[in-house]
Order: sequence, then C-alpha cells, then structure tokens
Amino acid sequence: MGWRVLPREGLSVWRWVGWLAGLMGVMLLSGCGVVSGERAVDFVMLRDGHVRAALPGVVLLGLNCGLLGTLLIARRLTMLGDTLSHAVLPGIAAGFLWTMTKHPGALLIGALVTGVLSSLVTGWILGSTRLKADAAQSVVLTVFFAAGIVMIKLLPDGSKAGLDRFLYGQAAALDAGETVLLAVAAALSVVVIWWGYRGFLVLAFDPGYGRAAGLPVKGLHLLQMFLTTLAVVVSMQAVGVILVAGLLVIPGATAWLFSARLHRVLVLAALLGMAAAVMGTFLSFAGDGMAMGPTLVLCAGVMFGGAFLLSPRYGMARRMVSVMRHGRRVRREDGLKAVYRVLEGRGFSGAGFGLEECGQSEGMMRSLERRGMVRAVAAGGWELTESGFGEAARVVRNHRLWELYLTRRAGFAEDHVHDAAEEMEHLLAEENIEHLMGVLGHPERDPHGRRIPRSGDTIETSAARHE
Amino acid sequence: MNEMIAVMARLEVPWFDAEEVLIAPWTRYADATVWMVLMAVLLGVPCALLGNYLMLRRMALAGDAISHSVLPGLVISYLIFRDLGTLPMMGGAMVAGLVTTVLIEFITGRSRLKTDAAMGITYTTLFALGMFLVNRYAGRVHLDADCVLFGELEYVPLAEPSGLRAGGLGPVPMPVVVAAAMAVGTLGLLAVFSRWLLVTSFDAGFARSVGIRAGAVHYGLMAVLSVVVVTALESVGLLVAALLVLPGATAQFFARRMGRLHGLAAVFAVTASLAGIHLGAWLNCPSAAAIALAGGVQFGVAWGVSVWMRGRGVEGGVGGAG
Repeated sequence: MGWRVLPREGLSVWRWVGWLAGLMGVMLLSGCGVVSGERAVDFVMLRDGHVRAALPGVVLLGLNCGLLGTLLIARRLTMLGDTLSHAVLPGIAAGFLWTMTKHPGALLIGALVTGVLSSLVTGWILGSTRLKADAAQSVVLTVFFAAGIVMIKLLPDGSKAGLDRFLYGQAAALDAGETVLLAVAAALSVVVIWWGYRGFLVLAFDPGYGRAAGLPVKGLHLLQMFLTTLAVVVSMQAVGVILVAGLLVIPGATAWLFSARLHRVLVLAALLGMAAAVMGTFLSFAGDGMAMGPTLVLCAGVMFGGAFLLSPRYGMARRMVSVMRHGRRVRREDGLKAVYRVLEGRGFSGAGFGLEECGQSEGMMRSLERRGMVRAVAAGGWELTESGFGEAARVVRNHRLWELYLTRRAGFAEDHVHDAAEEMEHLLAEENIEHLMGVLGHPERDPHGRRIPRSGDTIETSAARHE
Repeated sequence: MNEMIAVMARLEVPWFDAEEVLIAPWTRYADATVWMVLMAVLLGVPCALLGNYLMLRRMALAGDAISHSVLPGLVISYLIFRDLGTLPMMGGAMVAGLVTTVLIEFITGRSRLKTDAAMGITYTTLFALGMFLVNRYAGRVHLDADCVLFGELEYVPLAEPSGLRAGGLGPVPMPVVVAAAMAVGTLGLLAVFSRWLLVTSFDAGFARSVGIRAGAVHYGLMAVLSVVVVTALESVGLLVAALLVLPGATAQFFARRMGRLHGLAAVFAVTASLAGIHLGAWLNCPSAAAIALAGGVQFGVAWGVSVWMRGRGVEGGVGGAG
C-alpha cells in the first residue's frame, strides 16, 4: 500500500500532535478538580494493580473502535453500532445455555453469532421490503433486545447475577485472557483495514463503481460487519453494551472533523480512541464512584466537543472567523465603492473627498488607511491612493458587469439586478471577470448607461475617458 | 441444528397452562390485567402513529436515541427538585429530549457530519452522562437502572391511585391517567397537524414555499416524541422503541396510504399489547419485553407472507393496496 500515514500538506504533523496534547491537557486539568495529585502520580507510574490490568485492554478497545467507527461513519451506518450493541443480548443468554457456565468464551461466541445474525436480518429486511435502513435497524434492534430480555428471564435460577456485567461493563475486572482477546480483535481490524484499504475506500464512497470494477463489495461489507460485531462483543465486558456504541461513533466522528482523507481519519480516530481510553481510565481510577464505561464515553464526548468548536479546518470557531472576515471585507469594499461613485459624479477631477458626501465614517477611513487605500489630507478631508482607486474600480466593475450579464444573458429586468450585483461584486474572481468580459464582448456601459471601469484604470485614464 | 434446539431447550420455559395463561388474567386477575392492557394500549397507539411519521422521515432510530438520552434529564431534575413525582420527571426528560434534538440539529448544521453520526454521538454521550451521575450520586438517587432499561408494566395496577374512579374497577392508577392524558394530547396534535407533518416529510421545499415552517414542525414532533418516551419510560423502558416502530413496520406491508397505515398500525399495537400481556403471563417475564416480542412475531409473519406472496407473483404487497 503506497499511502502516507501521516498528513503532509495543509496541517503539519506537529500541529496534530500539539492538538492532541492540548486536548489531553485540558482533560487532565479538568480531571484534577476531582483527583488528588497523589493518585495521579500513582496512575502514571502504573503502581495500581487495577490500572495495570485494565489499561492495555481499554487502550486496544479504543483503537479498535476508533478504526471501525470511522468506516461506519463514512458509510452512514453509525446507528448500526447501536443495533449491534442491543442485538448481542440474546447471544449472551444463548452462550450461557450452551455451556451452562459463565465462561466468557461461550458468551462471546453466542454474542458474536446473534450480532452477525442481526446484521444479516437487517440486510434481508432491506432487500425484501419497502422499509428504509433506519426502520429495518430499529425493528431488528428492538426484537433482538426484547428476545434477549425474555431469554435472560428464563435462564435457570441463580444464573442471572453475572450477566449484569455485560450490560454495564466492568473494566477493572478485565483479566489477561480478555485483554488478549481485545488485542486479537484490534490486530485483526488493523490487518484487515490495511490489507483491504482501497476496497473499504471504494465501499465507503462509491459502492456502485466497486461493483462495476469487480470488487467483492458484498464480501467486504460482511467483513466489516463481522469486525464491528467482534469489536462490540469483546468490548462489552469492559464498558457495557450500550456505551460501546458511543466508543464506536465518537472518536471516528471527531477525526472526521480534522480531515477528509480516509487514511488520515483512520489514524487519527485510532489515536483519539486510545487517548479517550487513557483519560477515561485515569478519571475513573482517580475519582470516586466513577464507573469506567460512562467516564470513557464522556471523555470521548468532551474531545468531540473540543474538536467541533476548535478544529483548525472544519471547526465552528474557524467558520465564524471566516464569516466575520468576509463581512468586514464586504463593508470595506462597499465604502470604496461609495467613494468611487462620488468621484465619478465629479468627472474624476481629483482624488479628494469628504466624509459626509460619501456617507462614510471616520472608523471606516482609518481601516482603509491601514491598508493603504486612502490617506488623510488637510482639514479633515481624505483622498484615494492609487491602489485604493484600483480596488474601488475593481468592485464597481464587478457590480456593473454582473448587472449587465443578468440583463443580457439571464433575462432579468433592468430594475431587478442591483441587489444581486450587490452580493456578487464581492465574490467574483479575476477569472470570472475575464470570462464575463469575453461572453459580453468587452462592453463599455452597464444597463443603466454608466461606464464600466477597466482593469488597470487610474484616476487620470478614467478622467480622460469620462465625458 | 438438533444441538441448537437442545441448547435452547435448557431455557426454563414454564408449562403452558391454557387456563392460567389465557383465562385467569381475565377472571381471577382481571382488576390488574385491565389496567395493564389499558396502559399498554394507551402507550402503544400514540406511539404507533408517531412512529409512522418518524419512519416516513427516516428517523425511526430517534425514539431509541431519545429514550437513552432522557436519563441525565431525569437525574438532574431529581437532584434539583428532590422529587420523583410525575411533573419534575416529565419536565426533566422533556428538556433532555429537546436538548438532544437541538444538539443533533446543531452538529449536523455546523459540521460535516450526517444525522446518523450526530445522533450516535449525542445519545451515547448523554446516556453516559446520566450513568455517570447515577453512579456518582448513587446514594442519593433512587433511580433503578433496570427499571429504566426494561420498565415495569406489572407495577401499573399497584401504583398510587388517582382521585378518579372507573365504575366497578375502583380507582384508576395514576400512571394510567398520565398515559391517557398523553395519548389524548398526542393524538390530538397529530390530527391537527397531520397535513403539515405529511407535507414536511415528503417535500420540505414545497412546505416552505406554502409557508409551513419545516424546522418548527420538526422540533414540535421531537418535543411530542420526548413526552411520549418519558410517559412510556416507567412502564416499558427502552423498549418504547419497539412500540414506536414495530406496528408501523408491520402495517406498511398492507397499506400505502397514510390513513390506512395509521389504522392498521393502531390495530397491530392493540393486538401486540394483548398478545404480549398473555405471553408475559405465560413466561413470567417483563410484559414490555413480551409485547415487543409479540410485535416482532407479528412483523415476522407479515414479512414472511409478503415474501411468499411476491414469490407467487402478487404485486404491490400483501393486501394489494396501491
């Protein structure tokens, strides 16, 4: 596979690492509210037997769920994790009946069987009824879950007690065998995804093409379902069936907020899953009465919240900043345009103007001055600089060209084009303008008879052509 | 195969005593059964109709999501008011339901994630928050996690009586009164806004052009869903998702028009409730699970019949309704 694991363009590796470290730091700090320093040191030094037992398994679980969740989200199958986590319940009961002991191996095999069965049944329902994916998943989820509850109720006496562990999870009780199982499941996921990366990529974004190109789409789908079921099944002892669904979706969703390239998202989701696992283990170890499963999912949720707000590429803060910047640029360009109109009214006899005649504020002028567009002249007057005039002419040209385009080419009435042009004048790029110029045959005047400035116009050339 | 049957035979299924399972509930235990059936129907019918709209909007899983995410609402409301009464619990759960809806919309509107991912994130995080709070304040909160998970329909007849009396049946249990109020409110709202719901489900653009605010309709539907889920939570737990989806999913094999779909879904909700209560009496298991199972069997039978009919070349579903 010739794909690069770490990001090269756009965001540097260090920015990612810094981001992760920052997240961990924030969580550590918030953890310190509940946690004493001594316990924190104990945790880091791995002095506690419970931590030594739980941590490797939980980290592997985070890795595995992160990878598989990424693939589920790419295929919009996220709620499948929810379905699976309910559908394993009858399998647990059946596994118990099989050996009549609470041997984890038997329970896991039972759960795996009903988990896979549930995704097969979902597929059959989708293939042979008019129900949509969400309804089919709901049907399977509720029926399997109900069957599970009834079966557990009907188990021979005295056998129900230990099964609680699968509903709520108990990471501190992970033994070596279960950790090995988690490791095997994680290794299997890594190997399969590495080996079939291109297949999964096609499956996620264009299964039709995959089918046409002869990819075993159905096989890949089943493989993915199997791996996901396996992940849910081996994880449920640690965090409980319901919260596994959270670990499946949250790290993957967080990672999708950083990049749009599948391989990067996979790597990042695995890292985030592991980070959430470490933080969750730490907090549940250090705080009192904090069960592992909920703590893990809450840590992952906090991570998602942070990324949602602050992701450098797709975060909300980033979006708000760019909206604000655009708004400011629009106001500046509108200011320049107003000045241009005033100068045009005087036949471009000079570059000087007063604030009142243009309807502009002192603050606007200061902002333009900082960008070298205007300069102050004596007695409260202002004048456009050469670059300011060029910029003003550009905006006016965009406006008038767009008006002309709408009236000539799109059949708009002359008195209906101004508002549309008010928006487009700020958006048109130089290529669009050249294209428009060509389409309209290098026009001289707009629909209202005013002259359209040309690129490279100065105040002198404008004055010469103005009569 | 034989071995699998042998394994399943180890389940301690009680002896099927027809007298005990089919007749006794209506004779010896009639005063309890009446309230359980009434409760199941009062929850099941509004859920079934609401579920039809949810499936139409591809939001069938929203019921399951909201039933999980009301947990922190219940806990926080209890921590504030120190009261497990109906009003604070309803209020807390309703706020949690609305917070869930707003969060899902917020995440889908302001990031690249789709509804399914946003739903998955929101309900698991909120459920984790609820579990976390229960764990941390376990000593002070008397919320029974099992009750939230599976519900206890059996306790309805034993619940505190309300001031109302129903003829020879004695005082009406409080949960039945609450469920009846919820059912009347939900059915009334669905009847009044059915046109809006249909238009926004099928063609949001057209709805906007005729002045129906699709966003408001969506939030309204979610608010109603939260109320329904909370009312049902104590009696049927997370299995409210079954009440929402199964009757409608079964009905769509026989109907394509909304009116007929609603009618059949309501009928299936009632039959599943009745069958479930007898099944629960036989297997001695939580009635909610038995009702869900009965609904599942109904769905399975209808599905099987529709596949069989199609195999014989009958077009347009079992009932042939176009």
